[in-house]
Amino acid sequence: MWSELIHVVIPVLLVIAALVAILMRDLLASAVALAVMSLLLSLEFYILQAPDVAIAEAGIGACITTAILVIAIKNTRRMEEEA
Amino acid sequence: MTMPDEGLSPVVRVIAAMLFPFILIFSLYVILHGHLTPGGGFQGGAIGASAVVMLIVAYGARWVESKAGEESVSVLESLGGLMFVVTGLLGFLLAATFLSNFLVGEVLFGEIPTFGSNPGILNTGGTLPLLNIAVGLKVIGGLASVVLIMALGSRRDAA
Repeated sequence: MWSELIHVVIPVLLVIAALVAILMRDLLASAVALAVMSLLLSLEFYILQAPDVAIAEAGIGACITTAILVIAIKNTRRMEEEA
Repeated sequence: MTMPDEGLSPVVRVIAAMLFPFILIFSLYVILHGHLTPGGGFQGGAIGASAVVMLIVAYGARWVESKAGEESVSVLESLGGLMFVVTGLLGFLLAATFLSNFLVGEVLFGEIPTFGSNPGILNTGGTLPLLNIAVGLKVIGGLASVVLIMALGSRRDAA
């Protein structure tokens, strides 16, 4: 029962984190939401029994991509502007 | 409150300096056990590169660059690629084809386990651990130099 439940809960949280990353006006909060989405995605890969992909996703997606995005935001503007 | 022009507060710096060797050891574990457990050269290299990224975030890019410059990190990356190609060519010379496993039965990584289940013997795999180490060096050097160049290219007066 718990395994079926976790197969439903984690994709729902994944979609919510992706929507938060899109809808935030603050780009720094958006980058953090993207890191949360990467972490949930690596958890999803793990429960789908692909631990290799999960380790790579946790290292690349949650750490290095977030650092690159934060450096990029630091050198530009933090808030999103109206087009 | 005055912040340094780069890097974060002393609390973050101390914790990052304490965590850095443990993350590197975990990365070396994932690389060395790549032929037995989940993970391998790329995954372990990504973990090691994330340790370097943590130092860049905590201490600032110029401090990291004064300790390990971009040239030496690129030397590490090129060494990994060279090691992979040399291992492949040694397979071409000593055995049949490119990347063929010429270390089977030798002393280094050449143990042939007996039939049946075992708890995971590290000294097996032939050239596979050497290739994992090569890929790990290349990934650590590549990803760390990418983030280091990105942070070094930042404006100093950025908010």
